[in-house]
Amino acid sequence: MIAAGAGGAAPGAGMAQGGTVLELRDLHVRIVSRQGTVRAVDGVSFDVAAGEALGLVGESGSGKSMTLRAVLGVLPPEARVTSGEILLDGVNLVTRPQSELNRIRGRKMSMIFQEPMSALNPVMRVGWQIAEGPQVQLGFSRARAAERALELMRRVGIPDPERRFRAYPHEFSGGMRQRVMIRESGVSLVFVTHDLPVVAQICQRVAVMYGAQLVESGAVADVLLNPWHPYTRGLVRSAPDFDYVRESLVPIPGAPPSLINPPPGCRFHPRCEFAEEDCRVSETPLRLLPGGRATACLHYERCMDAAAADRAARA
Amino acid sequence: MTAADGAGPEGLLAAHGVAVYFPVGSQVMARVQGEERRLRAVDGVDLDIRPGEALALVGESGSGKSTLALALCGLRPVDAGDITLNGKVVGARRSPADRRRVQMVFQDPYSSLNPRLTVGGVLRELLRVHHVVPRGQVSAESKRLLSLVGLPEEAVGAYPRQFSGGQRQRIAIARALALRPEVLIADEPVSALDVSVQATILNLLASLRAELGLSLLLISHNLAVVRHLCDRVAVMYLGRIVEVAPTEELFSDPRHPYTRALLAAIPRLAAGAPDIGAPAITGDPPSPLQIPTGCRFRTRCPIAQPRCEQEDPELASDAQAPEHLAACHFAFEPAPPGLARAGEQA
Repeated sequence: MIAAGAGGAAPGAGMAQGGTVLELRDLHVRIVSRQGTVRAVDGVSFDVAAGEALGLVGESGSGKSMTLRAVLGVLPPEARVTSGEILLDGVNLVTRPQSELNRIRGRKMSMIFQEPMSALNPVMRVGWQIAEGPQVQLGFSRARAAERALELMRRVGIPDPERRFRAYPHEFSGGMRQRVMIRESGVSLVFVTHDLPVVAQICQRVAVMYGAQLVESGAVADVLLNPWHPYTRGLVRSAPDFDYVRESLVPIPGAPPSLINPPPGCRFHPRCEFAEEDCRVSETPLRLLPGGRATACLHYERCMDAAAADRAARA
Repeated sequence: MTAADGAGPEGLLAAHGVAVYFPVGSQVMARVQGEERRLRAVDGVDLDIRPGEALALVGESGSGKSTLALALCGLRPVDAGDITLNGKVVGARRSPADRRRVQMVFQDPYSSLNPRLTVGGVLRELLRVHHVVPRGQVSAESKRLLSLVGLPEEAVGAYPRQFSGGQRQRIAIARALALRPEVLIADEPVSALDVSVQATILNLLASLRAELGLSLLLISHNLAVVRHLCDRVAVMYLGRIVEVAPTEELFSDPRHPYTRALLAAIPRLAAGAPDIGAPAITGDPPSPLQIPTGCRFRTRCPIAQPRCEQEDPELASDAQAPEHLAACHFAFEPAPPGLARAGEQA
């Protein structure tokens, strides 16, 4: 869907805690609507190291896009960051004035669409489509927006951006090569998607969102091949896997939770095959576990066992 | 092209040398300057869809997959070649009966449904216009269609906006099935949906095929989906089919260098997936306004020879595997060094 890169800081320049470029601390975003207050992002914390690619995985309404929009400072007008911090190179973006944010955003962060063929207008030159963002959102002049677009294209490793500026979308290859180029250009990445194999290919770490909260995080190989949260396991089992053709795919039963009146306790419990009484009442914050992994599941041992059985079935 | 009646070797729905061109820019200038001013989106395709099979059509964006699908469905006229149904050529204007036999489901369930009609309204209108069932049975048939795609009967009274993406795709499938087609063409039917919902739609397509004996042409960029659902795979490059084979054979023993490159680029969940020993192709596909002479893949091909510049390779098979066709001069020769086939690796 969307990928955002944060980075480009001079080495050591105000970098917080051992090379962390971007850090979210207990971020809350609320949207006031006629139906009630939507908890669009509900206490999300993660960090991204210099040069690291973090996959932020979740489905529609999980809060992943709203998290990213908060980081980029492009929330819709009715949405507000109500608490928490977004630290970019140690600077808390939440408390900075808009003018400064625009400058930081221009220099240190960018946003890329993953599916160029569906996200782009097929009859408009690519460069002007990229320039449209700075023009509309930041009020740049046409010339300055074009310059900015060229810079962004250069940053993500598109060769010969001056020529490519005038190309139409069909003259670009599919998303895969662009994603690979993103990886090679050395920026830190927050890669937002629900395509797990692509996350496995591009990212070192992954964070899984459900119901506006993080439910699991850790190294990609650990989390995707041995999930410690039933929602992550559900995602893995529902996606077709090229190396494992099954009789039928296993969808996650039920529907995502309301973010106006989320279920009490674990937000996944109404859809979870392992749910117990305590899941319906206790808060389930993300707990840090050995191996740099974290899960919000109260009974993650059961999920571990089930995932081990899944792996045995594959073999 | 022998069978004139019945589903002979040509299959149920088939393309014979089909081409679809789009005019680009000034046609007057084109004549004056003698340049090509047409975009050859589909450029000589031979392909057959057999009764009851699931055939995948894969290839990069811009390879002409969707245009070919529209042509096969009769939604886009062809500029050359023929499309046959049961071996009989169907003209530019299909009869209502022929139109019913091939139906299509599109990628975006949000924009492919009329927002002003209830789901029941959409289905009833179709059933009446095409006289699918007697008037008195139209309502009952609408409900039957909804239950076929796993939606409750009450859905007849609701509008498309009241449904989630996955449910809308079910409605779109019900609409396509209303006309009792023999072939369902699905163009990226799940790529706009969430992963957990994709599974339900893919399972639905698989079970409908089994229950109704439908032929399915699935257009997808996701080779995991293709491997899961399809019996055969056709690979398209720059307007032409370059390889077609039974699914497992294509994935285990690809013969066209483009297919090898596609397989090498598959994102895989498990690390350490087998390396099929193909170099990744570089560069972008050439513009369909300037298709290379000879083999259209030669400009990106790691094994191109001078011959490839002159001769356009035909889609052909060898004696050992008549079901496996490839359009490469070297498809059935021993693999050149550094390009060992999967089956030949230790």
